[in-house]
Amino acid sequence: MIPRPHGGRLVNRVLTGKRREALLREAEELPSIEISYERLIDLMDIAHGAFSPLEGFMVQEDYLHVLYDMRLSNDLPWTIPVVLDVDPEEISGVKEGDDLALKYNGEIVAVMRIEEIYGWDKKEYARQVYKTTDKNHPGVAKTYNRKELLVGGEIDLLREPSHPLENRILWPIETRVLFREKKWRTIVAFQTRNVPHRGHEYVQKAALTFTDGLLIHPLIGWKKPGDYRDEVIFAAYEALIKYYYPKDVVVLAGLLMNMNYAGPREAIHHAIVRKNFGATHFIVGRDHAGVGDYYGPYEAWEIFDEFPDLGITPLFIREAFYCKKCGGMVNEKICPHSEEYRVKISGTKIRRMIREGKIPPEYMMRPEVARVILSFKDPFVH
Amino acid sequence: MNEERKGKYTTVSIPTTLYNRIKDLIKDTGFTSVSQYVTYVLREIVARHEEEKYSEPFTEEDKEKIIEKLRRLGYI
Repeated sequence: MIPRPHGGRLVNRVLTGKRREALLREAEELPSIEISYERLIDLMDIAHGAFSPLEGFMVQEDYLHVLYDMRLSNDLPWTIPVVLDVDPEEISGVKEGDDLALKYNGEIVAVMRIEEIYGWDKKEYARQVYKTTDKNHPGVAKTYNRKELLVGGEIDLLREPSHPLENRILWPIETRVLFREKKWRTIVAFQTRNVPHRGHEYVQKAALTFTDGLLIHPLIGWKKPGDYRDEVIFAAYEALIKYYYPKDVVVLAGLLMNMNYAGPREAIHHAIVRKNFGATHFIVGRDHAGVGDYYGPYEAWEIFDEFPDLGITPLFIREAFYCKKCGGMVNEKICPHSEEYRVKISGTKIRRMIREGKIPPEYMMRPEVARVILSFKDPFVH
Repeated sequence: MNEERKGKYTTVSIPTTLYNRIKDLIKDTGFTSVSQYVTYVLREIVARHEEEKYSEPFTEEDKEKIIEKLRRLGYI
């Protein structure tokens, strides 16, 4: 059965109709700050219920609970703080209890009721969330570049800037209706920020064998240089689904959400968000949401032991490789053959071949997928 | 964890017999105390009970609008 949203209620803070018009008029008179694209994405995730039960940016009590206990102040699991950072001068004259207009590219997008303005220790944030203070970690580097104060409080979304992939982005209420229409009772979600290779296909199909449907849920949002661009990921998956998946059991939908590269903590975050979209199961990969060698290969699996109350079932599917003896994609649990027969599917190797304009071997990537990726002049983020 | 955040716990009474039973049960497991075990089990059970009390948040009208959008986008 489709699970209830995290915390029991799907948050909706997208204002429409007369209330929206009235608040937009009022917002013109309010003090305002300009927010970054990443905070805009957080704002949309909150307003559309992807971050249910959050109704706004975190106040200090929730922030500290999440930082140290990996739970909100109401005991619900939550592992990544969702906070709005500001410079002191930006909010000079603004106090707790005031309303604040949030602008993106000079246009009002939301109004926030300021419940609390508080300081934060970025190094401690990095230590707790990323388990490192090394600024070479992309998440840590971003944290250190954030502003000095945090502002917590509920938000109302008034405007959503258009997005080139907006027709491929679904929000939780939409996927929940979609799954009901499809009469799926069990849905496995697959998080990705990559184009699909044969290993991904194997993992997805292994999970799909036991569920009614598969939600392929690529992240659309900030990614680090060298990652594939959003439109490339979509086009690659469209090709894979067209040629290799039964259409009625797969949904490909974009998820507008920032990537933090916080490894184990982010694996929990990804699972909670997918529960809000109506998934019953979530595939957790080896070194899920990791980067470099900051996390152990199975840390993102082990952390799930601490959360008996997540409300979504993690599926720990081992990394797939091609075995020359077995003659297909397998994993170490089901393949008895030695290393000499095993060919690892390396994302780095595939990326290098794509950069050189070459089609990777078929055991690594479907040729239809490779051709679509190569049709893009520049498939990578810079 | 900083000092200020320690002690955010409360006491719940359970029979001593049950306490001893749990103490035996958690030997050589990952649980380091009876409290840790009880918290784990209670969270699991509470979440299951909460799950039973839920209905989807959309009206028929919302649903029709969403279905129309999903059709337009080719999802249905």
